[in-house]
Amino acid sequence: MNTIHDMGGMDGFGLVEPEDNEPVFHHRWEGRVFALTRAVGRWGRGRNWPGFRFTLESIPPDEYLRMSYYERWFRMMTSRLLGSGLLTETELETGYADPDTPTPEMLSASRSGSLGFGLLDLDLPARFSPGDRVRARNLHPRGHTRQPRYLRGRVGTVVEDFGVYALQDSDDAGQQPTDRPQHVYSVRFQARELWGDRAAAGDSVYADLWEDYLEPA
Amino acid sequence: MDESGGRQVDRRGFIKGSAVGAAAFAGQGKMMTERTEEANVHEADAHEHGHGHGHDHDHDHQDVPSDIALRVRALESVLIEKEMVDPAVLDEIVDTFENRIGPQNGARVVARAWVDPGFRDRLLADGTSAIGELDYLGGQGEHMKVVANTDTVHNLIVCTLCSCYPWPTLGLPPVWYKSSAYRARAVIEPREVLQEFGLDLPEDVEVRVWDSTAEIRYLVLPQRPPGTEDMTEEELADLVTRDSMIGVARVAALSSSGGGR
Repeated sequence: MNTIHDMGGMDGFGLVEPEDNEPVFHHRWEGRVFALTRAVGRWGRGRNWPGFRFTLESIPPDEYLRMSYYERWFRMMTSRLLGSGLLTETELETGYADPDTPTPEMLSASRSGSLGFGLLDLDLPARFSPGDRVRARNLHPRGHTRQPRYLRGRVGTVVEDFGVYALQDSDDAGQQPTDRPQHVYSVRFQARELWGDRAAAGDSVYADLWEDYLEPA
Repeated sequence: MDESGGRQVDRRGFIKGSAVGAAAFAGQGKMMTERTEEANVHEADAHEHGHGHGHDHDHDHQDVPSDIALRVRALESVLIEKEMVDPAVLDEIVDTFENRIGPQNGARVVARAWVDPGFRDRLLADGTSAIGELDYLGGQGEHMKVVANTDTVHNLIVCTLCSCYPWPTLGLPPVWYKSSAYRARAVIEPREVLQEFGLDLPEDVEVRVWDSTAEIRYLVLPQRPPGTEDMTEEELADLVTRDSMIGVARVAALSSSGGGR
């Protein structure tokens, strides 16, 4: 979806501000949000939770920018729990379980054939090879995509074939409708192809792009 | 087991108490004297932190826990009560990322590559397999590509869309890596960003920015600094900083006052 998370190439955000001796979590609650998000994940099985990244990206852009990183995670986690009936608004507000709400039941995975995130041992033909000139297609899906806006329509060169992975794009509701395993390529774009004279002549940007994102150039 | 179970109940009761305090504070708490309410909540927060914890940075010096801290506490409390999460598992996850996984792992990979040319070749040819030799694969680091800095090439890692980062070798990313400014600027003006980090690259050094858009995670292999020929692998690992493995810094021969970055 075309929203604020897709930040590559934007101006106006100011300086990058590193912090010396930065703690892993700045507040106790940040660590709890991180851990809760990981620990609660198995409750999403069979409940068709919208994707992790889709849910983060669905935060309205003005709110997204005001929130800290783990505030976004908190919003993401609670929206999934509330949306699938595992938690009520009242429970979230009070911190007490509602005695009238049935005890949540662990479901088994219902999405058959899910291929997950990792490298797949599938022998699929590769449409492109290292050295090929490719154009990033002009795609504007309403769901989650891993093709950043700043690449769309731009021409680059395939430098490596990473093998086959399930395409992580979602439909408009955040679901991965079918697993579409396909090759992922490292594609090199000349920085000037992306940014014109603002970039230095020899510099480049590499991105990892699924086959569906590319067409021959 | 009894003892820890008892503690859990205690703690649960405690968390609940503070969650109720939170609700009161957010709602009609204004009708009570705020000082009393603040004091209660603050006491709860101090308790939950445990005594003598090591947070000594500015952020924790607020007297009243923020709204988000209270909401997270309420969420944790209710999920524990509904037996959807185990507090011991939560503690374990936090401990793992605070204490066991971090850039010290990546530093060992780099130091090994500096002293062992065969390992370096394997690392650059197949990062996943070579890092696996040191047992630093895992969640958000299942598929690794390592890119080497040279006299003519400088690499920089970013995730413009989110916060992708090689957890098993670098730990969780610092705030600046996840910031809007870094995500927006690293791809369009990497040289300016590097300058702000104190790295002024000559024009004839090619900058390669790697946007981690898929499931491959990146690690920069920085250059071994001159004057370190006599150092052991362990000593070399101590020189390698997190920032050098993201690509916003070089490795200095002597640990400077960079302060843990």
